[in-house]
Amino acid sequence: MAAQTLFEKIWESHVVRAEPDSTTLLYIDRQLVHEVTSPQAFEGLKLSGRRPRRPSATLAVPDHNVPTTDRSVGIADPLSAIQIRTLEENCRDFGITLFGMNDIRQGVVHVIGPEQGFTLPGTTIVCGDSHTSTHGAFGALAFGIGTSEVEHVLATQCLVQKRPKTMEVRVDGTLSELCSAKDVILAIIGKIGTAGGTGYVIEYTGSAIRALSMEGRMTLCNMSIEAGARAGMVAPDEKTVAYIKDRPLAPKGMLFDRAVQAWQHFKTDAGAAYDVTVTMKAEDIAPQVSWGTSPGMVTGIDQRVPDPRTITDINLRQSTERALEYMGLIPNMPITDIKIDTVFIGSCTNSRIEDLRLAAQLARGKSVATGVRAMVVPGSGLVKQQAEQEGLDRLFKDAGFEWREAGCSMCLAMNADVLQPGERCASTSNRNFEGRQGAGGRTHLVSPAMAVAAAVEGHFVDIRTWK
Amino acid sequence: MQAFTTMTGLVAPLDRVNVDTDQIIPKQFLKTIKRTGLREGLFYDWRKQKDGSQDPAFFLNQPRFQGATILLTRDNFGCGSSREHAPWALLDQGFRCVIASSFADIFYNNCFQNGILPIELKPDEVLVMMKDVLATPGYQLTVDLGNQTVTTPNGTICRFDIDPFRKDCLYRGLDAIGLTLQHEAAIATYETRRKAEAPWLFADLRT
Repeated sequence: MAAQTLFEKIWESHVVRAEPDSTTLLYIDRQLVHEVTSPQAFEGLKLSGRRPRRPSATLAVPDHNVPTTDRSVGIADPLSAIQIRTLEENCRDFGITLFGMNDIRQGVVHVIGPEQGFTLPGTTIVCGDSHTSTHGAFGALAFGIGTSEVEHVLATQCLVQKRPKTMEVRVDGTLSELCSAKDVILAIIGKIGTAGGTGYVIEYTGSAIRALSMEGRMTLCNMSIEAGARAGMVAPDEKTVAYIKDRPLAPKGMLFDRAVQAWQHFKTDAGAAYDVTVTMKAEDIAPQVSWGTSPGMVTGIDQRVPDPRTITDINLRQSTERALEYMGLIPNMPITDIKIDTVFIGSCTNSRIEDLRLAAQLARGKSVATGVRAMVVPGSGLVKQQAEQEGLDRLFKDAGFEWREAGCSMCLAMNADVLQPGERCASTSNRNFEGRQGAGGRTHLVSPAMAVAAAVEGHFVDIRTWK
Repeated sequence: MQAFTTMTGLVAPLDRVNVDTDQIIPKQFLKTIKRTGLREGLFYDWRKQKDGSQDPAFFLNQPRFQGATILLTRDNFGCGSSREHAPWALLDQGFRCVIASSFADIFYNNCFQNGILPIELKPDEVLVMMKDVLATPGYQLTVDLGNQTVTTPNGTICRFDIDPFRKDCLYRGLDAIGLTLQHEAAIATYETRRKAEAPWLFADLRT
């Protein structure tokens, strides 16, 4: 049998049938559902009199709209409240498991899937959310879909897909101390561009990737979509197996052993060919800070804001000028001179226990700078509970950070956590689009470590030399 | 879904690259539980000036582009969030066709689910059209899905590629779920095999 890539193995094991033009009916093992992109899908089922094919393969949670403050008082925004109530009603009507707003297991959909053992190697996983690529960290083919396709998967457990191409992103070497998966993925996006991965599934390989924890791999795969790739993946290994073992929804006992054996298959064979390979050296990756309004507009902390006058490509020059105007930045200013007034530590990119442990240790004994508002939003109720058991909440609160309830929060500001016009935020989230965190708000994407240092100093600093 | 065969329509230009779905329809409009009525949110932040009033310079606010049914734009249109509210809002505004030099994957796919034809043309073809649409009031294009062509007012014909399966579904306005359900037997056969190979994936996860 010909050598195959990880992607090819998963794809081929999920083909239900193929059209003559190679359009494929692909089986979907599992679907995650949240309140924003599902109401119209459930409505579609109701209107057509269809039922979910396998309700037990689906897990639902409200995350985008939930308040990150005391929930016993309910949701102030009536539209948000209706959307969450609609999810509850739909899950009840269709027999789908829901972790409700007051369930300790509630959290950001891409945090709870792995946390519960719902996310498994070799599977196909979808969700009406572009950051579904996160689950690829387990060697799954996981990608975001639109609402019509959410309905399609509910009704048929299948999707019609065109086979994507494969891209290997190989990162070898050792990262500098306090450089993280976030810096790796931002550097990759900076290199290949926000459309560099369009039409591809990325597999991340190399010694620097193997060295990442599962949390780090999730951060990495999470932002594959910011490079244009619908899915990113890392082959499962012993870290993957150790992470999954004993999770509530993971297989147990002999079934687990059998699954682990099956997962050995899910790695790229020696000699298998990717359509494209991109390589980077971990040693070359400095802590990253985005300066513009697209995740590809990013640079190292030791660099300067670009000068549009030196850019020859007219399209790039114009988009750079526009971005700098929106961001209120001056060409050539050092990144370390950018002052911030808000810090957001959270989102499906960076809100897991490992992120919070590192951030809390860096915040220990420090104080958030005067005039800076800094918030920490754990990825799930269970992450929050774990952090509190470890005393991380105290370290944050003592340093002047707000310690909040789990949800998507200021990553996309659908709840009350919104930037005001002109406010500048160091954010561990994934998108720095215009208005993403609030109309007129200015977002700089960074790692949790860089966010803590910025909160304390009031401007960006190089975490590698920060004391 | 409404079928798409041929159309001739007024073209509206959005001369920007990397237009993300957060710009096409900002977050505050995602709280709806309906597919309709999203026109109000289309390019909401770009339509306004700093003081909150409508920006007369923005293309959707210009009288000459009222009634446009074809949106002409640039590279990587629809990147970012998977929100299908983006094509819903475009459809609500009256757009049935989006022409760009490239599209983000999820948005491209979402268009087909809603009877919108996304057409990828070569960057230089888009550039010429962009110049012409700005210079020519009433500029229209004719789109022919069957022949996979876009025809300009001066008779220039640009060909575009499209997957045969997607083309057929859109051309006939087929219900995608209904089509898949015709393969019920194949799905059931697959599930039986899969259940034997990977029984842990068929555990009832309901708690």
